[in-house]
Amino acid sequence: MKVTLSWLREFAPDIDGDPVELGEILSSLGLAVEDMDVVGEIVDGVVLAKVLELRPHPDADKIQLVDVDRGDGQALQICCGAFNMQVGDLIPFATIGTVMPNGMEIAQRELRGQTSNGMCCSGAEIALGDDHDGILILNERVVVGAELGMPIGRALGIEADILWDLEVNANRPDAMSVAGVARDLAAALGVPFSFPDYSITTTGERVDDLINITIEDPTLCGRFVATVLHDVTVGASPAWMQNRLTQLGMRPINSVVDISNYVMLELGQPNHTFDLATIPNGALRVRRARDGETLVTLDNVERALVPSDGVITNEADEIISLAGVMGGSTTEISDSTTDVLLEMAWWDPPSISRTVKRLNLPSEASTRFRRGADWGDNIDRAMRRFIQLAAESGVTAVEGFLDVPGETPDRTPLVVRTAKINGLLGTGLSATDMAGHLTSIGFGAAIDGDDLSVTIPTWRWDTVTETDVAEEVGRMFGYANIERTVPKGQIAGGLTQYQTDRRLVRDVLVGVGCDETLPMPFLAPGDLFKAGLPEDGITLTNPLHAEESVLRTSLLPGQLKAIAYNQSHRTPDVRFFEIDRVFLPAPEGQLLPDEREYLAVALAGSEAPGAVEVLDALDRALALPNVQLKPASPAGLHPTRSAEIVIAGRTRGHVGEVDPAVLEAYGVEGRVAWLELDLGTVLDGPHGTRKYMPVSKFPSSDIDLAFVADDSVAASAIEGSLRKGGGALLVDLELFDVYRGPGVDEGSRSLAYRLRFQSLDRTLTDTDIATARVSCLNQVAKKTGAVLRE
Amino acid sequence: MIDELEAGAVEAEKRLETAIDLDEVRAIDTEILGKKSALTAAKKQLGGLEPDERRAAGMAINELRARLEMAVAGANSRVASGARAAQYGAERLDLSERLSEIRRGSLHLTTQARDRLEDVFVGMGFTIAEGPEVETAWYNFEALNIPEWHPARGSFDTIFVDLGEPEEVMLRSHTSPVQIRTMENTEPPIYIVAPGRTFRTDTADATHLPAFNQIEGLVIDRGITLGDLAGTIDEFVRSFFGGEVKTRLRPSYFPFTEPSAEFDISRPDGSWLELGGCGMVHPNVLRNCGIDPEVWQGFAFGFGIDRLAAMRYQLDDIRELVNSDVRFLRQF
Repeated sequence: MKVTLSWLREFAPDIDGDPVELGEILSSLGLAVEDMDVVGEIVDGVVLAKVLELRPHPDADKIQLVDVDRGDGQALQICCGAFNMQVGDLIPFATIGTVMPNGMEIAQRELRGQTSNGMCCSGAEIALGDDHDGILILNERVVVGAELGMPIGRALGIEADILWDLEVNANRPDAMSVAGVARDLAAALGVPFSFPDYSITTTGERVDDLINITIEDPTLCGRFVATVLHDVTVGASPAWMQNRLTQLGMRPINSVVDISNYVMLELGQPNHTFDLATIPNGALRVRRARDGETLVTLDNVERALVPSDGVITNEADEIISLAGVMGGSTTEISDSTTDVLLEMAWWDPPSISRTVKRLNLPSEASTRFRRGADWGDNIDRAMRRFIQLAAESGVTAVEGFLDVPGETPDRTPLVVRTAKINGLLGTGLSATDMAGHLTSIGFGAAIDGDDLSVTIPTWRWDTVTETDVAEEVGRMFGYANIERTVPKGQIAGGLTQYQTDRRLVRDVLVGVGCDETLPMPFLAPGDLFKAGLPEDGITLTNPLHAEESVLRTSLLPGQLKAIAYNQSHRTPDVRFFEIDRVFLPAPEGQLLPDEREYLAVALAGSEAPGAVEVLDALDRALALPNVQLKPASPAGLHPTRSAEIVIAGRTRGHVGEVDPAVLEAYGVEGRVAWLELDLGTVLDGPHGTRKYMPVSKFPSSDIDLAFVADDSVAASAIEGSLRKGGGALLVDLELFDVYRGPGVDEGSRSLAYRLRFQSLDRTLTDTDIATARVSCLNQVAKKTGAVLRE
Repeated sequence: MIDELEAGAVEAEKRLETAIDLDEVRAIDTEILGKKSALTAAKKQLGGLEPDERRAAGMAINELRARLEMAVAGANSRVASGARAAQYGAERLDLSERLSEIRRGSLHLTTQARDRLEDVFVGMGFTIAEGPEVETAWYNFEALNIPEWHPARGSFDTIFVDLGEPEEVMLRSHTSPVQIRTMENTEPPIYIVAPGRTFRTDTADATHLPAFNQIEGLVIDRGITLGDLAGTIDEFVRSFFGGEVKTRLRPSYFPFTEPSAEFDISRPDGSWLELGGCGMVHPNVLRNCGIDPEVWQGFAFGFGIDRLAAMRYQLDDIRELVNSDVRFLRQF
């Protein structure tokens, strides 16, 4: 909502002060100033001129030659790039030597051999609106007595003014009007606020004899006020009105539309005009639409209606308007209109909201209805204001308003506890203080002991409860004046074990040289397929782009894209990790997806063991219970270089390498070692248990054992057998050599282990070691078939 | 006899002085002090002497032995330090010559900002709550006092998900659903912050992403006031940004808080920067979670994490946060 200082002063003449400070006060009232401008200050040297002749430029297509008269009766030639002028038009003309608001100085120029002696200006060029397209045509906007050559400000009757652009929140329908902003500001400044007297004269003809209104659904329409205007002519509205509309961001259209908009901006009351000639017997009805009904709205679009839409019909029950949202084309004002039915109503905000949203038809009017317009005296006031403004162009009004009531919100005085308000705000205000703040903005407030009986004004539809009233008290008292405290009952803060462990995991991964990435969780259709994964990603209903329309079920596609991106920027061997959500299909009977926190590690340029080493590091950090690698061919991974990660008997992820076919599909060069873990489940499960083992004071003995094992036998199986065979005396076990080649059969390899034996209570004898060795060999032979390499 | 021994010792001392390595010193040591040395032999012969002579000779032998032991130790130490010096000389390294490095990885900028925020709030007595990123209309809107017709719904630019009825399931448009889930599952008093990713139908540009991160605070306790909210924000800002940064609250509107406010922080030039929204939890929200607003009161606040990270490093394009470009990631 934009407001100007001069317009605010029509309601509170004593509003005064530094514009920046006034802006700060508006912000402190909850009307945040988004922008402040000085308007109507037009640079010296721009004068009113008249187009005398238009000629093509002999050597240029995109400019034409214009002769203008700037008050001396002489034709002055200008080269101009705009083509919207006609001979006789009045335009703003920047004379030679003028310094424009953008700093450019107007000078005599040659353009392809033709002299240009100044510049014809667009609205934007002289800060008279936002319009950059074409020269500003002023034929209808100049004041009476304007002459050619007059400074443009005087010719248009514009004086310098302050313009604030305010952000008005949805709970402040009152502040969607100049008067409402003035009321707040006047209260904060402690200066009087009042409405001017909008006196009108009428023709004597009685409104009841001309029109009749029936509200069939009172839940839709709280109040319907109407009257009839005669002698309407559709022309241009006066310059001052056009200027104000332009300043507040509305384009002047014609005398009827401009008054309608002016009244809406000034008083916040949207209004609608029907051509009375198109309404048989002046009869209107208000009801909900029925399924299957349609209406061609003012924009010439046929709209299908539903029963939640409010409509206005004629006496034949034909819909002529979409209530509060948009008029119909059949009853629209035209150049031949002379008699008008003027309507000002109050519509149920949720009903209007639903229709606006369904049809995507936002407008200045419907925005006010959605937030809750004023159903009280303001409607009569706005009617009188409309008639008063229209009277200036000869329009006459009949006697009286037809005022048909529906259901309006309850405004029975609300009992408000001052203790509750102080308790919410942290203030120590008296009932009198509170009443003062409330009455300053038009609330009724009667003190009743410790309570207040508060009458909420009709222009505050959203204000209903005690806490709403508390906000008003706080707002007018000033948030800045509330003493700052901290909660007294604060308890001990901290991270959960899960959150601590997640940080530990990150630290471990950073420690092993991985960079954390956090790509967005969206995939393109086909990304999962390209990664060899099932295409069961949940899709978005209204994605911005197709490439962001699927929720990931794995971190693999995102990581592969990241690697490909970095490889294309000459960083082939990135080491990435990511801890983030994946969205698995919802389990049966559950609406929401199975959302999990996964960990992925992608090591470009590394082979599978690189990823296993990272897993080992995590295992050591988290003390995971019994981690085993079970050879497997998980989707998307290298079928002979991958394994399932089994933790305490449950598969929790995969480790290995990405399938070369998948790498090719993603355009990734070289190998990528890969680890993906259902981290959330792992961290929720048992882990981190560490038991103290005394350090032996007795010497240890090492033996080396090498086995020849078929490639189908996992080293982890041999290791398991050695641990079982070695029993409690085996304190350390290390695979120190893997050999394939001469001396070992094809399809087999030699695995050499170093075993360390030690006892807590004695020095081991040769016999002890020999016994343990035999036990180890037996276990390995029995469980794996691997034989000792001689 | 002693004279001979004396002469032998002088000669041995000369040899020790010129010995070039530990082996030579050891050989001389064995020769002059070992079992087969003249000194050892002389000591064995002492028994055959008269008592007077024996004492004098014994003392002389012991003195010689002590003298030679010192000479050996001196020689040992001399050749050893020479050998060490030679080793040092031979092993010289240029430490700026590095063919490979152990590179520490990096935590994402957003993670670093989030951790720091969490730590500040933990220090202020908060715990960290988390919730799902895909939510129902109940948690994202209705329980937060945003009914289906409410104009505020439109302003959230929600991304919906193809699950359930149309517009029933969505990517959460704020972290506020975590408030509801926490209040549903926890008895007050509640002191939580909820960091996490949120979504809007914003086209990615230098200052917008369709998926971004927020942090939200919620306090529910007896006698909590708007003054407590202002004071808590003050404390947080002081702790996170430093003592010289000031805060202010401006009245605003959110359906889930009443009274509501925007909060701003001061910039060095005296202007204000809007940081986030806050307010006293709306009684309807408390009731929706089964909490009696006559007994419990509370406040909530929220703001963007990525924006803070971007501010801290004058990041001019926040798309870098999601691009996974290692040249960006490794800077932090």
